[in-house]
Amino acid sequence: MSTGLYGAYGGRYVPETLIPALEELEAGWRALGEDFHQELAELQRTYIGRPTPIYETVRFAPEGKRILLKREDLCHTGAHKINNAVGQALLAQRLGKRRIVAETGAGQHGVATATVCARFGVECVVYMGSEDMRRQAPNVERMKLLGAEVQPVEFGTRTLKEATSEAIRDWISNVETTYYLIGSVVGPHPYPELVRELQSVIGREAREQSLELGRLPDAVVACVGGGSNAIGIFAGFLDDTDVRLVGVEAEGAASLGSGRPGVLHGARSSLLADEDGQIADAHSISAGLDYPGVGPEHAHLRDTGRASYVTATDDEALAAFHRLAETEGIIPALESSHALARALDLDAELVLVCLSGRGDKDLAEVLAH
Amino acid sequence: MKTLVVYLMAGGETPALAEAAVEAGADIVEIGFPFSDPLADGPVIRRAAERALAEGMRTRACLECLVAVRERVTTPLIPMTYSSLLEAYGYERFADDARAAGATSLIVADLPAGERPDLRRIQLVAPTSTDERLRLAAGETDGWLYLVTVTGTTGARAELSPALAGLVERARAVTEAPLYAGFGISTPDHARAAAELADGVVVGSRAVEVAEEGPGALGEYVASLREALR
Ligand SMILES: Cc1ncc(COP(=O)(O)O)c(C=O)c1O
Repeated sequence: MSTGLYGAYGGRYVPETLIPALEELEAGWRALGEDFHQELAELQRTYIGRPTPIYETVRFAPEGKRILLKREDLCHTGAHKINNAVGQALLAQRLGKRRIVAETGAGQHGVATATVCARFGVECVVYMGSEDMRRQAPNVERMKLLGAEVQPVEFGTRTLKEATSEAIRDWISNVETTYYLIGSVVGPHPYPELVRELQSVIGREAREQSLELGRLPDAVVACVGGGSNAIGIFAGFLDDTDVRLVGVEAEGAASLGSGRPGVLHGARSSLLADEDGQIADAHSISAGLDYPGVGPEHAHLRDTGRASYVTATDDEALAAFHRLAETEGIIPALESSHALARALDLDAELVLVCLSGRGDKDLAEVLAH
Repeated sequence: MKTLVVYLMAGGETPALAEAAVEAGADIVEIGFPFSDPLADGPVIRRAAERALAEGMRTRACLECLVAVRERVTTPLIPMTYSSLLEAYGYERFADDARAAGATSLIVADLPAGERPDLRRIQLVAPTSTDERLRLAAGETDGWLYLVTVTGTTGARAELSPALAGLVERARAVTEAPLYAGFGISTPDHARAAAELADGVVVGSRAVEVAEEGPGALGEYVASLREALR
């Protein structure tokens, strides 16, 4: 492996058909100039609503501890996913692609993609597992309202893993006309790097805002599905070696906590797989964390010890969900609730949590429990 | 004479099926080692992989299947699989054990030329491959070059891909290696037309479908392809 490595992870494990498209993507990405960055900054400010604030909880944090929330839930469309979608849509435009495909689990990335496609006037197809369509129904309606075609994926686990495979197969079949707008720091090189750069705005802002509030946090906590909100906020603090970086996986989808090296969706990373390399099913109440893989950079950060990864159960996430709603008047996404759950008991005085999204989409799922 | 390559999914019936295919005129047999998330495969091979996995066709069972096929036929046998299996088993160990079980070479669908060059294998090229990539793949390939006729996944198509002619021409310009065309070839007419351009054809999804009806049906189907390639 020569390109796109994070230690022993990453790479380009894809059928040959996609290699020229990945090379084109990388070249287009490297060639982006000042005009791109200006347009992106303008859209971040006027369309997404950046910078998002940091809010210090008043009743959520236990005695003797301060918890700060980086409010990505206040982004347009309700989650950090839009940071990535806007940037990649600008890139797709410069590459001359008029059709965009994406996968979605919780539906937040699908909604973000449908949103930017409406904004830029391009065709949008979103693949979504039928199980996820059931548990994230409001987002399916939103995508349709925005003019996207939602393609149900009816085989295998019927969740994000299968939706991702189908989106990649669509891309293989339509690669000359189509841009694949991946939703997390996963996939073949250069996607993990590209999505990281687009999400690192979270960490840049958060670091500056922390300093304005007085000092850097003792720990930064984020939930980890594919790992994009976590990498985004970690990126701002990687060089601050006194700041602990803590990723929280769903207990039934702990690709870093209980995974092994393997290859899925174009990259080598830490995966839930059996001893023969067959990918295992993940299980989480949160559709956005219900994925057996994770971005290669997280596997590397785990191995080097710069970040640590812990888990939260469905019940712990649900309890944190209710607690934030009742103590602060903020309804968090179930994904983000995993980070909130661990922030509560983490042994640190000043904790910064990436509140990656809002929980409106999760009401039915939460009420059913 | 043009070369006929037939793909079969590893399974309990595979030795008998491979024997029938070879008796009917197959020159090379590819044996699919199933993977849970096969990105390059369309619905037919994906379903066959799911079934094979449900029947317990894990790496070790697939290697045993290879041994059983080798006992029945003398043609080249080529496992076709995905990187994840080699990651888990060890790349070198996989290649060694496959060879010991009777494999002639190896195809890894998601390991393009340039990645892990020390693993000897048959490389695939596609209509989207640049001339530079064709040259790289031809330089690294093990014996012949697999031309993916379509920009897409495996599966039968109504027509032979119009992209094949241009791909053959570009590949000939950079290599002397035999060129076998696959993906989307299912009928004797497709095979005949593809073989007018390339040195051989690979038949996958349709062979897997017919194989479900047993060795007799597969033998008839392969014979019809062989006939078209005379
Ligand atoms: C609100 C929210 N947070 C987190 C995630 C997980 O993704 P990632 O780990 O890439 O941030 C999702 C995914 O759908 C999400 O919707």
